[in-house]
Amino acid sequence: MKAKVYVTLKSGVLDPQGKAIQHSVESLGHRGIADIRQGKYFEIAVDPEISESDARSSIEHIAADVLANPVIEDYRVEIEA
Amino acid sequence: MKFGVIVFPGSNCDHDAYHVVSKHVGQPVDFVWHKETDLSGFDAVIVPGGFSYGDYLRCGALARFSPVMQSVKQFAAEGKFVFGICNGFQILCEAGLLPGVLMRNAGLHFICKHVGLKLENPDTPFTREVDPGKVLSIPIAHAEGNYTCDDETFAKLEQNGQIVFRYCDENGNVTPESNPNGARSNIAGICNEQRNVLGMMPHPERACEELLGSNDGRDIFRSLSRSIAAIEAAA
Repeated sequence: MKAKVYVTLKSGVLDPQGKAIQHSVESLGHRGIADIRQGKYFEIAVDPEISESDARSSIEHIAADVLANPVIEDYRVEIEA
Repeated sequence: MKFGVIVFPGSNCDHDAYHVVSKHVGQPVDFVWHKETDLSGFDAVIVPGGFSYGDYLRCGALARFSPVMQSVKQFAAEGKFVFGICNGFQILCEAGLLPGVLMRNAGLHFICKHVGLKLENPDTPFTREVDPGKVLSIPIAHAEGNYTCDDETFAKLEQNGQIVFRYCDENGNVTPESNPNGARSNIAGICNEQRNVLGMMPHPERACEELLGSNDGRDIFRSLSRSIAAIEAAA
């Protein structure tokens, strides 16, 4: 089983890296790019004997306690069988 | 009286802090490896600057889980002094000992230069010996020093006098131009409500001798030493 965790900056938190990337993209000539926000993506392999609900519960805790800083970041967990 | 300097894998200002305490404060000091958990015998611990755990994940995010940090939390809860500098400040924020977070500098660059600091609260154990009218010249060296917190936290910081240092120009004016990293309200250093935990991005341990361009950092360490001495005298 695999878990995917997406960590993103909360809306309203300035993302200078995203802005710098956006400027580079625009300098390449791409048009209509309204905004780019940079985030983090984690793939977590879970032992097969762990139930999906237990896995989700663990990963939610890991995301909240370690992977994201709740002051500035949100997270989303996806579990793939 | 005894100071401890915590050493994480990747700490690189630990020796500077040790040097300042032993030479310029004249007090006993020991290194504390991050796997140790016994802080008995110490009156203050310094969480030094550097790149603990290579700044992986977020600055300070992994150091927070080192065994010694549980002891540092307990140490702080007992009212003893904890002083986080640069990466140490980031670690204390990640560990929840101080509110808020240090984000990537607004300009994205690593900035290494002397900055002006305005003392906003002379009434802390870390700042009693600091001349409140003086603009301190202390270097910063960081890429993630952009302090931020939510509005509620900010209001509490202001209300409780927890904002200890702000970036300012040479005349002591807190201006957008004198803010090197985009920090909210030019915040360079904050303390907790109890005032026994201080975190700051500038490096006072690098500003303790004329040869290095400034000795304005000394008074911070000396304040801390005097505060410990006062507690010892009262006991």
